[in-house]
Amino acid sequence: MRVQLLLTCLCDAFYGEVGIASVRVLEHLGCEVAFPKEQTCCGQPPFNAGDWASARAIAERCAGVFQEDLPIVTPSASCAAMLAEGYPMLGLDAPQVFELCQFIDEVAKPSSWPSLPSPVRAVFHRSCHGRMLHLGAVQERVLGLVPNLTLEPIEDADQCCGFGGAFSVTHGGTSVAIGSAKLDALGAPTPERVVSGDAGCLMHLDGLSARSGRVLKFSHVAEILAEAL
Amino acid sequence: MNQFDDYVKALDPDVRASVRKATTNVARARERALSVLFEDAESARLRAMEVKSHVLDNLRGYLLRLEERCVHNGIVVHWASTADEARILIGELCLGAGGVGETVVKAKSMATEEIHLNEHLEGLGLEVVETDLGEFVVQLDHDTPSHIVAPIIHKDRHSVSETFQREGLGPQSSDPATLAGQARDFLREKFKRAKVGISGINFAIAETGRLVLVENEGNNRLSTTAPKVHIAVMGIEKVLPRESDLPLFLKLLAGSATGQLLTVYTHLIHGPRKAGDLDGPDEVHLVILDNGRSKVMNGPYREILRCIRCGACLNACPVYRASSGHAYGHVYSGPLGAVLGPALEGVAGVGTIAKASTLCGACEEVCPVKIPIPAMLLKLRSELKQPRAPWLAFQQAASSQRAWSLATASLPVLSSLPNPWTANRERPQRQGRDFRRWWDERA
Repeated sequence: MRVQLLLTCLCDAFYGEVGIASVRVLEHLGCEVAFPKEQTCCGQPPFNAGDWASARAIAERCAGVFQEDLPIVTPSASCAAMLAEGYPMLGLDAPQVFELCQFIDEVAKPSSWPSLPSPVRAVFHRSCHGRMLHLGAVQERVLGLVPNLTLEPIEDADQCCGFGGAFSVTHGGTSVAIGSAKLDALGAPTPERVVSGDAGCLMHLDGLSARSGRVLKFSHVAEILAEAL
Repeated sequence: MNQFDDYVKALDPDVRASVRKATTNVARARERALSVLFEDAESARLRAMEVKSHVLDNLRGYLLRLEERCVHNGIVVHWASTADEARILIGELCLGAGGVGETVVKAKSMATEEIHLNEHLEGLGLEVVETDLGEFVVQLDHDTPSHIVAPIIHKDRHSVSETFQREGLGPQSSDPATLAGQARDFLREKFKRAKVGISGINFAIAETGRLVLVENEGNNRLSTTAPKVHIAVMGIEKVLPRESDLPLFLKLLAGSATGQLLTVYTHLIHGPRKAGDLDGPDEVHLVILDNGRSKVMNGPYREILRCIRCGACLNACPVYRASSGHAYGHVYSGPLGAVLGPALEGVAGVGTIAKASTLCGACEEVCPVKIPIPAMLLKLRSELKQPRAPWLAFQQAASSQRAWSLATASLPVLSSLPNPWTANRERPQRQGRDFRRWWDERA
């Protein structure tokens, strides 16, 4: 099956390994991955900020970069939700798009996954844009396939981490207060790894954790899945 | 900085902890209650949404039917198109019932908060007493409610005791029951003396002209039956078609608001006291308030009028939990307020509160009438007058891959400069390999 990778701006700028892991995961599932190199941004930053004229221009360009008849897969519920839910609000057609785990769960449907080399006790942070995609427990379900990976339950797992894109800067104090409460919950079972499906949540939580002197290690879902390959 | 960050910073750590704890507990209780109340809570929400949408689509007809049935029941119906009209009307009713210096008791009502009724009545020389325990404390402290269901979620029993002691209600105590008793003794005298009782309305039934009120403290019962005159204030959207709609809405409201299976009291008010009745007011007045709602009906935020004021979105909201309700600077706080405030008053005035959201969607997920709050917050943001230059520059960068690569390559460098991100967080750093280089090299 042929799929197209939407890398996302954060993976482009900071988290190249997440993009690489996504390709390896998709190839492990037998996919032929295309990476349209002209891709830049999906348009979500100006969309969320309220500049819909800019958002529409970027979204139109983004949609044009990808082939219409091939599914787009992206290691981000946030960007996937922008394409699936945001584009129609801008008056554009929603492209055929899957968040990485959603693609694994709904399309590729592997019955098993290779084992991590050694046992890892992790906690999982569900990113909020998964709500808009109605992901439910899809990401946890996919991680559940990985032998040697244990997901510990956390308090108030449905609470946001406080990132919120530009909100993290325009409302920095509030964002950090929300994030600190999230870190308290994530850190309580003293996990070896904090796993999430969105680089935005990870960037915010990692930065906050490091500044506050906590010792937590953060990984993207794609990285965990690729580590087991 | 913005008002939310200011509030987060200024909030006493104990207060923040208690707001977080209270909202978290109610949010959990809500889930439990809904799972007990309904075999399928999701389909209950869907039905409630459909009923409320149907009401909005046929609002004029239902309101006229309500008026007709109320008049038939002996309730005097008044229409107020603005807050000012409502205030003047209610003021005249109060003065007519008693006169300057008389006592007016009030049961908790967001509609009267919205029209700032108390100030107006006090200006006419009336003594206005809030009788909901939380609203009473707010009034004594010259404060404002910080939650639409739990007005003093930002206070603890120690500060309540301080207030009561200061106002001469009783000696210092940390026992909630003792404190409630102090308020009860004080308020009982007011109920005895009051000539007018003012309340809100949770639902008004068009089919029968019945006014429905729910509460947990009993003060609504006293406010609506002890005085000679009862004035009920409702927004135009509060009407429900049939009596048979009530079970669904009473269960959804109690479960969503407080995690109860049913509120302690449910009042079904059918009109003034009849011959042979042991109690009840001689007059019941219903004030049907528009105050901008008709305008909202015909705009993009129409669905916010489905709201039944349960407060579940406040309890679920991470921003509300961190900053509390006062940060919104509006009578209606939380995600509901961030939409309803600007929708009623215009984006130019209070529209920026729509920015105070991570768009996490928890509000929509818990809303008993499935209001798409995040989509409305986005729409509100698109209507804000904002400088376009930064986004035009962003659009320029995103318009070609080369410009974009330059921009993303400079991000790790730019982020090392002092910026709002690094005020409380370490800056993000490039981790591992660059994807595009990896992709090109493996090809």
